[in-house]
Amino acid sequence: MKTTAFLKPLRHAALGAALAAIVGASPAKADEQFFPLQSYRVGPYAAGGTGFFGGFIDYLNLVNTRDGGVNGVKLTWEEGETQYEVEKGVEVYERLKSRPNIAAWTPLSVGIAYALIDRVTEDKVPLTTINHGRTDSTDGRVFPYIFPLLLNPYSETSGIVNYIATREGGPEKLKGKKIVVLYHGSPYGKETIPIYELLAEKYGFAVQQIEVPHPGNEQQSQWLTIRRVKPDYVVLRGWGVQNPVALKTAQKTGFPVDKIIGNVWSNSEEDVIPAGDAAKGYVAITTQASGAEYPVVQEIVKSLYDSGKGNLQDKKRIGSVYHNLGIVNGILNVEAIRIAQVKFGKRTLTGDEVRWGFEHLQLSPERVKELGAENLFRSIHVTWDNHEGNGYVKFQQWDGKKWTPVSDWIAPDWALLRPIIEKSSEQYAKEKGLKVRTKEEVDKVNGPTGVAKQ
Amino acid sequence: MSGTSYLFDAILTPLLALSLAALGLNLLTGYAGQLSLGTAAFMAVGAFAAYNFNLRVEGLPFVISIGLAGLSAAVVGIFFGLPSLRLKGFYLAVSTLAAQFFVQWALTKFDWFSNHNPSGVIDAPPLVLFGITFGGAVGRYLFALTVVTAVTLLTLRLLNTQTGHNFIAVRDHELAARVIGVPVLRTKLLAFAISSFIVGVAGVLWAFAYLRTVEPHGFNLDRSFQILFIVIIGGLASIRGAFFGAALIVVFPLVLSRVGSFLLGSYFDSGVLDMSQRIVLGVLIIAFLILEPRGLASLFDRLVRFGKR
Repeated sequence: MKTTAFLKPLRHAALGAALAAIVGASPAKADEQFFPLQSYRVGPYAAGGTGFFGGFIDYLNLVNTRDGGVNGVKLTWEEGETQYEVEKGVEVYERLKSRPNIAAWTPLSVGIAYALIDRVTEDKVPLTTINHGRTDSTDGRVFPYIFPLLLNPYSETSGIVNYIATREGGPEKLKGKKIVVLYHGSPYGKETIPIYELLAEKYGFAVQQIEVPHPGNEQQSQWLTIRRVKPDYVVLRGWGVQNPVALKTAQKTGFPVDKIIGNVWSNSEEDVIPAGDAAKGYVAITTQASGAEYPVVQEIVKSLYDSGKGNLQDKKRIGSVYHNLGIVNGILNVEAIRIAQVKFGKRTLTGDEVRWGFEHLQLSPERVKELGAENLFRSIHVTWDNHEGNGYVKFQQWDGKKWTPVSDWIAPDWALLRPIIEKSSEQYAKEKGLKVRTKEEVDKVNGPTGVAKQ
Repeated sequence: MSGTSYLFDAILTPLLALSLAALGLNLLTGYAGQLSLGTAAFMAVGAFAAYNFNLRVEGLPFVISIGLAGLSAAVVGIFFGLPSLRLKGFYLAVSTLAAQFFVQWALTKFDWFSNHNPSGVIDAPPLVLFGITFGGAVGRYLFALTVVTAVTLLTLRLLNTQTGHNFIAVRDHELAARVIGVPVLRTKLLAFAISSFIVGVAGVLWAFAYLRTVEPHGFNLDRSFQILFIVIIGGLASIRGAFFGAALIVVFPLVLSRVGSFLLGSYFDSGVLDMSQRIVLGVLIIAFLILEPRGLASLFDRLVRFGKR
């Protein structure tokens, strides 16, 4: 009796503390960093969407379970289905933008990214478009919040043309050659039209660009045109269902598959497996290798898929091109946060602080190795005015079962492309009445309590 | 604060734009009895025309650009309305499909329309009306509201004139209308012109006030069907119906998606949720049409009458 009376206040205190912990836990918000994901798991591009976002989520999940977040800051995310449609993407943006602690946006659609440029710039949150996007957003002086990471469409084009040149035995051999570009009828597909024209002029090859209307499941007339033109190479700048249909139609019209070069969104297992035999010997560019043998992919298998927490429904897709690209995207996002944390402290960062992190996202091949991604991708070197980060590309060939590399890491011709990009971005700045940013402004960062001048 | 911006930016502004498009189509289909599947094409004409007038004519006030955009859409509308002089019903619907495909093709093919932008996606300029800049979520909403109110009032007025009566006469019995002296051909073309004008203005709102980016792909056949469904669900030949129908088509999927992801988000991925929303929405539309074929407007009237009793 006496003991209970003695214990009573203690018990109350304990109860109170427990209650406070429960009630307090949710609104007080432990350190968290939120990723709003404008994903697509249905519609004609679902294969790309599920693979990429599966990989991205798997990596975020791995960082949470293995390391307890980034220096103790938990990573959270929520998906909104866009079906690759601009209007739905905008709706998801408006829905999720009020969430606290947003790190970065990832629409994985050029159309949606275009619609969001003004919005994210106003809201001061970065938006990344890995391997795609608006090319001139590479110029960080004009687009402070947009990051076409790893490979912008112009670099991709330059990489492909350089590869064709090597196969022909040097750039001078391109003269007089005929190249057809079969592009997806969308903002993404059209992005490279001017650069192909320009490179054609520079190297003296003839280029003809043919559009395949979205989604691209009917290409008879395009391939008949190609048959008439008799090009030396066809560059497939496809997306989703367009790719296997292109390969199959090429076979039907008798165009040799090894003369078709796939771009960075026509390079996945999902593009070639449905084409069956027609894809054997097909070569495509990539920024990240496929395969599950890389340590980081193995860790994902071990700590997520083995306990049923992996995001992909089909385990066979682990280590596929899109899954690995999602993982690489995860690495880049997480490392940007880690780099920004070194400067701003190990806490939840504002969108603007994460932007600073992306602008200093420099991963050497050694650092990539530490992250367990050696040979998965090569390196990245983003600076305040180069938001692409000079990614390297590799070419891979489909042998009917898997992709095998047919080249080493190749550097696109950045020096050639930069003036074209700057011209375009300066034009944009002029049209919109924007001020071109200087280096000093990079360190003016909107922190949790307003602008802190460094 | 940001909750309000969602309400205005993602719900009310697109709602207004689609309501206006549905109003335009309703004038043509509901009042004048001419079925059209080219609505999205006329929206696209409006949006691209406004962009180009704004870009190429220096110092042109935006309100005039909107008017000119409407007129451009009207011209295109008259052109594609010409078959209506010979064709009726489904046949006319199929011939208006030509507008849908032709306009989208032309806008993609000739990059002059998008100012030679490589991606064919253009950024919308800020909205300025009578020297006032409509920025921010609420500002854009008010801009859309002003335009929609003005156009709706004008439409109401039009329906009470002889022209409005002619529309209905042509719809109800073309031969009888001709006998009593209604100029049938002129009336049909006028219906196409006015309807396309309104739809064109709606396209401007959709592109400039809501998406703030213009790309031809957003004005595809799906959009035309969406607007036709708004008209049918809302109620043919009813101004109110256009707004009710748009409310159902725009707001309901959003509500479903949020409720769905709130309740089941942890069990299913977003793809499964999205598919199930479509099924629910489809079932609801079928149920609506069986229970109330004259649309939401009629349902609303009955409710009001019931309330009065």
